[in-house]
Amino acid sequence: MSDVASDVIAVIAKKKRVDKPTVELSDRLADLGLESLDAVEMIFDLEEKFDVQIPYNANSANVKTEFDTVGDVVAAVEKLVAQKTS
Amino acid sequence: MTGGQRVVVTGLGAVSPLGHSVGSYWDNLKAGKSGLGPVTLTPANDELTQKVAAEVKDFEPLKHFDERRVATLDRVSQFAIVAAREAIAQSGIAFDMPLSVRTATIVGTGVGGQTTHDDSFRRVYVDKRSRVFPLTIPKLMVNAPASQVSMDCGLRGPAFAVASACASATHAIGLAFQMVRGGAVDCAVTGGAEACITFGTLRGWEAMRVMSPDVCRPFSKGRLGLILGEGAAMMVLEPLERARARGAQILGEIVGFGMSADAADLTAPDLGGMVRAMQGALDDAKLAPADVQYVNAHGTGTAANDETETKALHQSFGAHAQKLAISSTKSMVGHALGAAGALELVATLLSVRDGIVPPTIGYLEPDPACDLDYVPNQARALSIDAAVSNSFAFGGLNAVLAVKRFA
Repeated sequence: MSDVASDVIAVIAKKKRVDKPTVELSDRLADLGLESLDAVEMIFDLEEKFDVQIPYNANSANVKTEFDTVGDVVAAVEKLVAQKTS
Repeated sequence: MTGGQRVVVTGLGAVSPLGHSVGSYWDNLKAGKSGLGPVTLTPANDELTQKVAAEVKDFEPLKHFDERRVATLDRVSQFAIVAAREAIAQSGIAFDMPLSVRTATIVGTGVGGQTTHDDSFRRVYVDKRSRVFPLTIPKLMVNAPASQVSMDCGLRGPAFAVASACASATHAIGLAFQMVRGGAVDCAVTGGAEACITFGTLRGWEAMRVMSPDVCRPFSKGRLGLILGEGAAMMVLEPLERARARGAQILGEIVGFGMSADAADLTAPDLGGMVRAMQGALDDAKLAPADVQYVNAHGTGTAANDETETKALHQSFGAHAQKLAISSTKSMVGHALGAAGALELVATLLSVRDGIVPPTIGYLEPDPACDLDYVPNQARALSIDAAVSNSFAFGGLNAVLAVKRFA
């Protein structure tokens, strides 16, 4: 697992609202009990940690498909981090 | 509450993104004009992610106040005073003694003097200056608009600010309505004011991820959130008997007020809270659902509000919900937070008086979750006997006013 992935998982693990010992890439954010404000806080934490800007509008229907699973979030952050360093 | 006096509106004033008077505001609402445009008011507009807001354009304080007075007034208080002066002038009331001490001044404001806040803190944090201007505190305090209106207009009765975020003005007007109805005061100057388009505030709204990048499309498929607005609207309320006795022009009647708290989520709208506030206003007004023709919706243009508000309208009005004309004037003037309810009540009162419903502009196509008649894109002639204006705030604080055509 990449450093980004383990960092993203650590951030999401703090926000989850279900009793589940580990967070996997395949976990759905909804199943982890993340509500809309939790997602907004998660995005903020990730932006601060990686110094990237994550496009995210809570009103957009795309958001639910783009950020469905933990793996989706990891992929989005990895892409933004790569763009920043390239 | 039964008994009490009938409460009528005899003066209206507005400073809005669609003009600095009620006349221009109302004409532009009926024409379906957008008051949205580029953010120009902050010292670093280009750095913001959010590029669009509904600003009050070309507002020149020195046209309304002398230089010395301007130095004591945050933009939010300037808006409040200009709107109050217009409303009082229309009412034709001179607030001499003893009426002055029997008149309430109740002004809703979400956040107070944000421009003063931003400028002062920028001065100490960024510019590293060791002092801020001497009137920083009395300019930014949340009661400044209420205090300044009372001072400017010579109103010496009960005066205070009401803060309930996006419902502030509706709570303020509702309290003023109750005080006049119950006889606690003989007159009230009430409404709301907000001037929150500052760098820090916009950064705060950006962080909530609920802002539309370009257009506010309440209830429409493809809506992407709210647009921040600003402005003020004020009105003069008095008992019907008093207005009649002095031969005043009566613009409309306020007949009911409902309030509720969700006691649930900090930001997510709550169906039960909305329904209880709407039901409370209808009950207070002794209106049956079928008596109402128009609802000026809270309609922020967020995915969650508009869907939940639609459900609440279904629940409160039953089958009659399908027959209601519902529109969101926020599509044209953005969300002016603590001023929103007052700007919207002015629109509601004039809709009832003139028999014309302002549209919800930016409407693209129906969203299955929002299945009512939102008067898309074009104003509509409609005879209205009674109408309702909704305000639902962050923090789960809800307020709804019901008005009737004066007959």
